[in-house]
Amino acid sequence: MALCLTAVLTFGLAACSTNTGSTLPSKSTTQTTQSTIQTSGAALSGKITMAGSTSMEKLSNALAEAFMEENRGVTVTAEFTGSSAGIESLLAGSVDIGNASRKLKNSEAGSGAVENIVAIDGIAVVVNPNNSVQDLTQEQLTSIYKGEITNWSELGGSDEPIVVVGREAGSGTRGAFEEILKIQDACKYALELDSTGTVVAKVASTAGAIGYVSLDMVDDTVTALKLDGVEAAAGQIKAGDYFLARPFVMATKGEISEQSELVQAIFEYIYSDAGTELIESIGLIAYEK
Amino acid sequence: MTDLSIMKKNKRIPEQLVYLLIYTSAAISVLLLAGIIGYVFIKGIGAVNWGFLTNVTSVLKGTTGIAGNIVNTLYIISITLLIAAPAGIGSAIYLNEYAKPGKLVRLIEFTTETLAGIPSILFGLFGMVFFGTTLGLGYSILTGSLTLTLMILPLITRNTQEALKTVPESYRNGALGLGTTKWYMIRTILLPSAMPGIITGIILAVGRIVGESAALLFTAGSGYYLPQSGQLIHKIFESGGTLSVQLYLSMSKGQYDIAFGIAAVLLMIVLIINFMTKLLSRKFDVSRKK
Amino acid sequence: MKNNPISIIGSRKTKQISETIAHKIFVICAFFAVLSVASITVYMIINGTPALTKVGILELLFGSDWSPTAANPGYGILYVILTSIIGTAFAILIGVPIGVLTAVFLSDVAPKKLAAIVKPAVELLAGIPSVIYGLLGIMILNPLMYRLELAIFKDSATHQFTGGSNLISAVLVLAVMILPTVINISEASLRAVPEHLKAASLAVGASKIQTIFKVQIPAAKSGIITAVVLGVGRAIGEAMAISLVAGSAVNFPLPFNSVRFLTTAIVSEMGYAADTHREVLFTIGLVLFAFIMIINIILTRILKKGNKNDD
Repeated sequence: MALCLTAVLTFGLAACSTNTGSTLPSKSTTQTTQSTIQTSGAALSGKITMAGSTSMEKLSNALAEAFMEENRGVTVTAEFTGSSAGIESLLAGSVDIGNASRKLKNSEAGSGAVENIVAIDGIAVVVNPNNSVQDLTQEQLTSIYKGEITNWSELGGSDEPIVVVGREAGSGTRGAFEEILKIQDACKYALELDSTGTVVAKVASTAGAIGYVSLDMVDDTVTALKLDGVEAAAGQIKAGDYFLARPFVMATKGEISEQSELVQAIFEYIYSDAGTELIESIGLIAYEK
Repeated sequence: MTDLSIMKKNKRIPEQLVYLLIYTSAAISVLLLAGIIGYVFIKGIGAVNWGFLTNVTSVLKGTTGIAGNIVNTLYIISITLLIAAPAGIGSAIYLNEYAKPGKLVRLIEFTTETLAGIPSILFGLFGMVFFGTTLGLGYSILTGSLTLTLMILPLITRNTQEALKTVPESYRNGALGLGTTKWYMIRTILLPSAMPGIITGIILAVGRIVGESAALLFTAGSGYYLPQSGQLIHKIFESGGTLSVQLYLSMSKGQYDIAFGIAAVLLMIVLIINFMTKLLSRKFDVSRKK
Repeated sequence: MKNNPISIIGSRKTKQISETIAHKIFVICAFFAVLSVASITVYMIINGTPALTKVGILELLFGSDWSPTAANPGYGILYVILTSIIGTAFAILIGVPIGVLTAVFLSDVAPKKLAAIVKPAVELLAGIPSVIYGLLGIMILNPLMYRLELAIFKDSATHQFTGGSNLISAVLVLAVMILPTVINISEASLRAVPEHLKAASLAVGASKIQTIFKVQIPAAKSGIITAVVLGVGRAIGEAMAISLVAGSAVNFPLPFNSVRFLTTAIVSEMGYAADTHREVLFTIGLVLFAFIMIINIILTRILKKGNKNDD
């Protein structure tokens, strides 16, 4: 058993080192700019822990990987428990950074959480690819989620009941969605799922389902609806035409300048050009600080 | 042909009905269970290849793989066994060899049985709040291991007790008669004889650990990066998602190919564990017959 | 043999020390188990009761409004409790008969060769991780349920469509999950019934079926009840397998409703630390804990009573 363990560990290490061999070609130029910024002092080491929004999973993972590749001695881990849970963990001191896919609540800011917006994301309203309905008005969307319209035929689609999918109570996406449409506490959900990915999966497999997800999670298994005629895309969000947009917040307990060297470094990274490139490569909009 | 049954004759017809029910039940069970194994393997084998097993899922590099999860699973198994095996075996030795039967022993056995019946999600809740928050370990492999230790302790204790019970009294008396002390006797005579049974218990515990997800989801977390060189020990304090946890997460996100791949791998692990347990218990029985 | 044993290792003093150390270590190990159960119980109670007083036992346990993040939060877990009870009950009603009859098949009715193949297969299945059952539930059961749902509720104005995640899906997954446990233990206890009982019954002229049902099963009663208890324990405590097939809205447990069990409620809300919300979570855990204790005690009591009657 011990032999097995050592064998796989060494093999795992070998795989680890081979994985780091292949880097994206565009990174080499940004790497030189990064190394000039960090010439001061010894190489960074330690760990950074993040927790929070499932919508920010792609961003968190990409950021973690990119940062760890530049700083070999650092480990960045992220848990995806939901925006509210993430901020709770932050305030309880369990993690260094709390990810939220909405603006911080007054109570959270009052307890010491500082809102550091790192990107802007759109909330895409998705339906099953077989659905013939391609766009909705804001009023129609509100009615669907309030349970007033219950069949796609009322919207010009086929005679199919609408399966209303949403997120759990602490979700940042849900918070932002309901706040923008002004339907807090008024939604009638058939299903309250735990993460953005789960909503995508459910909508993709259920004809007649409708759900809201982070824009960077939309793939070809679902169709993103146009809202008020506006397509859900980065350009339209930046121009302010698509009304379902919300900030991605990486909150810290106290200002960034009060955090540890590691946390400051990761924020420095994300606000740098390399960070902007990373954000945009995933499909988000970089935030002009 | 006269029926010599003293039971009423009209029972014959319902009897065929009963036979039908029995055969149907058996057919349902067998088909269901065979279907599960078959379905998982058919859908999963396609995803399992060398790349799947050795790569780490990476957004930047566009790879998918479960190497990180495999390493995490090994870590969790090792650390949990490191803590639970001595504690469980020690418990069993105390209960069987040292303790005088009475209220105390019954209390300990009662609590061990109770531990065995608590659902894993409650262990997860307890572990997350106690080990994770109160003790400050956060999401880490250590938190997960401590939680799992509580879960498999009854299993190891019970199996070790059974194994110790089957060692004949003559072994003990013979050794003590020669003048050895108790601990010496346990160390050199008892444990080696009971070893196959103890190992069976440990292997069963490994099977339980591998299949556990509820207790680990909020204790050991979901990290899947490989430990960097020089960080091997430090990895214990970082979050690590095991195969089962990753299966749950992939499943909930609709990444069914990854999910089925992991399911196939897990099924193979269960098969191997089952096989090893059978082998060991056969060896155990043979040696008993001497 | 008393003061100066002809010891084969070391001096008497070091042996004494190592003996006492060994003894003490083992005692500590044993108390570890007691400590664990004690601490879990105490922790559950300490963390679970504040909510009972804060929200009020009646409103918490018997209220049906679950809206913890609303402006006026409601923490009624009545529907959740009902779902767990009803869901487990149905899973048992479906799983136990099939399981026991299959055990009968394996121990008495099946030809030896068939039994030799099927039995190891069932044992193997007892070890499959529960998430795999959930995976299959999503892939196979949910779409099926959705089609049923569409067909049954076609013209309903009030039914909220859930895309197949409902109580029935969860019950079916649970029933399949407890099958291996029930089969294995029942089969072992049926097999353990002394041959002479069966022989006597057949000699008196009873048919095989009558022997099985009137002699063997009653003789194996304690084992079968153990199997049922373990099955119930597994069904009521299962979280991951059903969390994705049961839907997750808090509704009255009707077959086609999206429901939340005690266990899936814990899984969904585990990430939160918000005071009252977190405390209610512990209360849910406490309720689950209490249920399991009650079930264990009741069924063991029935077992003991049954045994007494046999004497």
